[in-house]
Amino acid sequence: MKIHPAYEMLRPDKNFPNVWCPGCGHGIVQGAIIRAVQKLGLDRDEMAMVSGIGCSSRMPVYCDFNSLHTAHGRAIAFATGVKLHNPKLHVIVITGDGDALAIGGNHFIHAARRNVEMTVVLMNNMIYGMTGGQYSPTTPIGKRASTAPYGTAERDFDPCSLAKAAGAVFAARGTVYNAAELEKLITQALAKKGFALVEAVSPCPTLYGRLNREGNAVKMMQWQKENTVNVKAAEKLPPEKVRGKIVTGVFHDAETPGYTEIYDRVIAKARGA
Amino acid sequence: MSKQVALLQGNEACALGAIYAGCDFFGGYPITPSTEVAEEMALMLPRSGGKFIQMEDEIAGIGTVLGAAAAGAKAMTATSGPGFSLMMELLGYGCMAELPCVIVNVQRGGPSTGLPTKGAQADMLQARWGTHGDHQAIALCPSSIEECFTQTVKCFNLAERFRMPVLLMMDEFIGHMREKMTIPQPGELETYTHPRPKIKPAEYRHFGEGTGVGGAYAAMGSGYRFNITGLTHDPKGFPTNRADETKWKMDRLRAKVADHLPELTEVEREFMDDAEIVIFSYGAAARTAQQAVREARAQGVKAGLLRPTVVWPFPDQVVTEALRQARAMVVAELNQGQMILEVERANRTHTRVLPALRYDGEMITPAEVMNVIAEAAR
Ligand SMILES: Cc1ncc(C[n+]2csc(CCOP(=O)(O)OP(=O)(O)O)c2C)c(N)n1
Ligand code: SF4
Ligand SMILES: [Mg+2]
Repeated sequence: MKIHPAYEMLRPDKNFPNVWCPGCGHGIVQGAIIRAVQKLGLDRDEMAMVSGIGCSSRMPVYCDFNSLHTAHGRAIAFATGVKLHNPKLHVIVITGDGDALAIGGNHFIHAARRNVEMTVVLMNNMIYGMTGGQYSPTTPIGKRASTAPYGTAERDFDPCSLAKAAGAVFAARGTVYNAAELEKLITQALAKKGFALVEAVSPCPTLYGRLNREGNAVKMMQWQKENTVNVKAAEKLPPEKVRGKIVTGVFHDAETPGYTEIYDRVIAKARGA
Repeated sequence: MSKQVALLQGNEACALGAIYAGCDFFGGYPITPSTEVAEEMALMLPRSGGKFIQMEDEIAGIGTVLGAAAAGAKAMTATSGPGFSLMMELLGYGCMAELPCVIVNVQRGGPSTGLPTKGAQADMLQARWGTHGDHQAIALCPSSIEECFTQTVKCFNLAERFRMPVLLMMDEFIGHMREKMTIPQPGELETYTHPRPKIKPAEYRHFGEGTGVGGAYAAMGSGYRFNITGLTHDPKGFPTNRADETKWKMDRLRAKVADHLPELTEVEREFMDDAEIVIFSYGAAARTAQQAVREARAQGVKAGLLRPTVVWPFPDQVVTEALRQARAMVVAELNQGQMILEVERANRTHTRVLPALRYDGEMITPAEVMNVIAEAAR
């Protein structure tokens, strides 16, 4: 029997089948993360996967890393404590659009500002999956949700712009349709020494798809395929050609010392070095 | 080394106690009247290679403390009423995930912003019941500057041993009062660090047998890979909603405290041998109560002082016994009557229980307590 290459990084005992619906994008994101970790040859004992609450945030339970499934919105705060206490750990934060940008928005921007070394994989399905399809800070204006039966009246956040403005060293977006690109972006993010965001556009056919009549999982994937533009191409296109499309790729890539590195200097100073 | 005597504020003594106990992580958000604890930690922690971080709010403060604790830190945060309220959800996370840490609440008047610069003891029941769901609480209450130090050490020891958040319920009066104290020498006070597992990682269960009170448990990143979650979980730490596993977890959490009540009962007594009127008091209020008891004795009233230093779990047995022997019990506290509810619950003998309360931000006076003692003696 051939064993799936991701198998060694999973926890087969007790946790499968997972909570995700058939057709949910979150599992594809997990696959991309595992392949990125394998590609970089990172030691599982030195991986800390920290999440909040949501369908997306269930991922750490299935990964055979040091896993910490925290409270709604608080993953980044917990992850900050993990990283500061043990800077040797590679910290991956798994979060959703609601988890990271609504209830956890404050932690998101401040961890980016501090440039705490962590890779944040934000699974953006533009909805609250776990609680049944309420609108989130990334639900596009006018789209339907269980709490927006007439369409939302709110504008949406662009997580990548937000992270960049707040001080992150890396901000990129990929889709689950193009899992190879997503894997590449996560690999790049994991190699950064600072706050790195990868937004993974991940369809929720069960709620977002149904409420907005976007069809089943296959149709939503098809839509991703046909409506994705790479950032390089997008730069050359007139704005109206980009509107409503998913722009993927690296939006921001900088080198700034990470928080734990700077804090080591604080320790040296305090000790009179 | 010669004994070091220092004139310290309660908040400073608390921070020094934390360092003595081996605290190597502090995360918090400034709030009067607790801020000096954070300031002292910001000064001292980097010197010993520890980490201090000022977070964006108190939720992040306790979040980062719990994260550091999961990674093996001896971690602490300090706050006051409004911040304590913000921490409630994650206090429960700490209980559920069994993460050792110390939370200091230098109590001020409330509700809401209340009296930022004035003292109170009005979060006593919040400390016990503030987070949702059935859970246990361990909380200590210092009455002196020296106790701010020694009890902080004790809080860390209990957190490590019982594997849960432990609360130090200070108050503004004690936090900002200055007193002389002799700084304990290294080794003079017990400092406990939980043992780490020695078994093979494959055999390790993060919540399995032998990981409870006094047991060995691992830190994230130590070669033992496990899952931590705030969801109800099985011995491996994997989420469950099975009734049998849920009951197992809830019983485990309860037993941690319920099965160790003698160890967690700590009550100071003064003139209790023949006391007819017992004054029950804790924290700053107990200082006044002590003076009142001494004055009452000088006037020939057989008064005695019962002062729990561990307030949660409530010392039921001790209080029940004291009530059995006393003619009346006076409960002196700086709120509208909180721990008196516990005293009444422990009252199996229908003994008279009288409140001596003050909740205007000022310290209760010996005269005020004396008045209630006089009424009780009537
Ligand atoms: C303090 C708190 N408020 C609300 C909830 C309920 N809740 C759980 S998950 C969730 C939203 C999750 O949405 P998102 O982060 O986008 O993740 P998804 O399920 O879409 O992957 C909410 C509101 C909670 N668990 N805790
Ligand atoms: S509800 Fe949506 S986000 Fe949640 S598992 Fe199902 S498809 Fe995925
Ligand atoms: Mg979502």
